[in-house]
Amino acid sequence: MKIAVCVSHVPDTATKVKIGEDGKSIDPNGVTYVINPYDEYAVEEALKTKEKIGDDSEVIIITLGSDISKESIRKALAMGADKGVLLKEDNQRDSFGIAKALAEEIKSQGCELVFCGKQSVDYDNSIIGQLIAELLGYSCVTVVVELTIDVNKLTAEREIEGGKEIVESELPAVITTQKGLNEPRYASLKGIMTAKKKTIEEKPAVDSINLTEVLRMHLPPSKQTGRILGTDKSAVPELVKLLREEAKVL
Amino acid sequence: MNMFEGADYFDVESLLSEEEVLIRNSVREFVSKEIIPVIETHYRNGTFPIELVPKMAELGLLGITFPEKYSCANLNYVSYGLINQELERGDSGIRSFVSVQSSLVMYPIFVFGSDEQKNKWLPLLGKGEKIGCFGLTEPDYGSNPGGMLTKAEKVDGGFHLNGAKMWITNGTIADVAVVWAKLGGAVRGFLVEKEFKGFSAPEMKGKHSLRASVTSELIFDNVFIPEENLLPKTEGLKNALMCLNQARYSIAWGVVGSMMTCYDTALSYAKTRIQFSKPIAAYQLTQDKLVYMISEITKAQLLNLQLGRLKDKGNAKHYQVSLAKRNNCEKALEMAHISREILGANGITDEYPVMRHAANLESVKTYEGTHEMHTLIIGENITGISAFE
Ligand SMILES: Cc1cc2nc3c(=O)[nH]c(=O)nc-3n(C[C@H](O)[C@H](O)[C@H](O)COP(=O)(O)OP(=O)(O)OC[C@H]3O[C@@H](n4cnc5c(N)ncnc54)[C@H](O)[C@@H]3O)c2cc1C
Repeated sequence: MKIAVCVSHVPDTATKVKIGEDGKSIDPNGVTYVINPYDEYAVEEALKTKEKIGDDSEVIIITLGSDISKESIRKALAMGADKGVLLKEDNQRDSFGIAKALAEEIKSQGCELVFCGKQSVDYDNSIIGQLIAELLGYSCVTVVVELTIDVNKLTAEREIEGGKEIVESELPAVITTQKGLNEPRYASLKGIMTAKKKTIEEKPAVDSINLTEVLRMHLPPSKQTGRILGTDKSAVPELVKLLREEAKVL
Repeated sequence: MNMFEGADYFDVESLLSEEEVLIRNSVREFVSKEIIPVIETHYRNGTFPIELVPKMAELGLLGITFPEKYSCANLNYVSYGLINQELERGDSGIRSFVSVQSSLVMYPIFVFGSDEQKNKWLPLLGKGEKIGCFGLTEPDYGSNPGGMLTKAEKVDGGFHLNGAKMWITNGTIADVAVVWAKLGGAVRGFLVEKEFKGFSAPEMKGKHSLRASVTSELIFDNVFIPEENLLPKTEGLKNALMCLNQARYSIAWGVVGSMMTCYDTALSYAKTRIQFSKPIAAYQLTQDKLVYMISEITKAQLLNLQLGRLKDKGNAKHYQVSLAKRNNCEKALEMAHISREILGANGITDEYPVMRHAANLESVKTYEGTHEMHTLIIGENITGISAFE
């Protein structure tokens, strides 16, 4: 079986992002990029699935982005994936534009099982997996924390508000992965050296329209410094008053 | 995820290959996720996190420069340096474990061992299924190991070993000890296995430094060593010194990891700690300290990288290794002290890593040749006159 993992290359959550001059994109200077953390669960689950069902299956990493995205593909190859495909695109696309190109590639590779992170921590739209499934007519199970795959059937446990849901589905399917599903392996030193010999195929991403457009980006307002009203119980009435009238939390 | 970003003021990363960067990043992530969260507790309790050994082995960190046929990664010395740098960012004790296993146990078996010894031990040590230690120092012979008293005597089918070693990293947890002893006047290397009768390795207690590392005595009371456990290609003290040269190389890189975390901690503390209504980073005295730190880190990084490139070409000289070990350990200890100062009272607590690094680096400056001995090695090389022999 061919297994696709869609991987995105995103700013590390610890980096301080700045808004670019156009006011609607991130200034890439000084930003450290990493593989999207949720996609690491996706890669791990794909590798585990391959290990379980046998060696003739293949794990293919598919990424849409500019040249620098190859770093994340390399990392996934070093973890053990078999090959990578970079769909080259230097401009920012919306989720639909990205999903369209990924879906085309998944179709032409003939992948029956697709793993995506449940969201990408850059734009946080949480929608790529669902769009791919819709475009390809695959079933889709999102926010998965446990998964078993048997021949043509899968059973997944997914997180829902306040509980868990067990879902069964046929293949082909798209799974979006959540923290807790597995413990992603490190890229071992040997893995890194073997990855050197694996191929990353590069091709232009197929054209697509964007359905949405970013008009403006804002940074969240900076936190105001705290205020000390007093250090003994005489401050309590004032505190309650402010919590009610100013903060409006009571 | 909060990836440690290191300190790279001169874009030294651009001098590394793509694989070297990936290797460094993978170990960096490992250190952040597996070592940092547990190290303070182990340090306080005086225990070595032995549960990390299989994980480090799986990552491929043990004996990385040795060939694939021994289940090793067959990587270059710059990569070896980088993994040591990252590990010591976590703790000098963890880095010591890897240095000893790779440079002081696997290396002598690889270079001075028979094919049988190599085939038996290297894969086991590389996979972390067996742990090794290196016994050279004795209670009365530290800087001058040539005076050692531990002796081997030829008997039927092997040797009898008598004597004692001291300050031996990994001793108590080791399955095999590479022990240096005099056989008819010449220093030879022996593989002493844990279960050999008459061999014991009690742990040394009371350390204020390298507390997350095991340090032991090795006691040999008429231990019978079979013939096949002599390292056949050893012929004198210089062979033991060749091993030390390998380990010193790993230390020169390792301590840069300590420097980076001490600098990183001091810098972010100085930017957020307000005194006299300003962050302490706003004062010239603090800036002077921080600038000194980043300058020394940058110099040490460039020194290491050039040393590594020389070593990969087979051209690194022992006195160049001494210079890097000597300089970097001294500076690392100084960085830890400066960082501690910048943190004020907070600097002495285990909320921050700097006091632990400062305490560790006291050992690191002393073992594998003290600061003074490296001065004398370089002094001998540049003047042609030995001040110690
Ligand atoms: C935590 C730890 C782990 C260790 N692990 C190992 C290990 O795994 N295997 C192993 O074999 N050893 C190990 N050692 C031992 C270490 O290598 C020795 O401590 C070191 O070589 C110094 O020897 P010494 O302590 O006997 O000091 P000494 O040689 O007694 O030196 C004391 C002082 O005198 C100075 N001095 C000595 N001779 C001269 C001279 N000619 N001129 C000027 N100054 C001089 C020294 O520089 C030092 O300052 C370890 C030590 C420590 C602390």
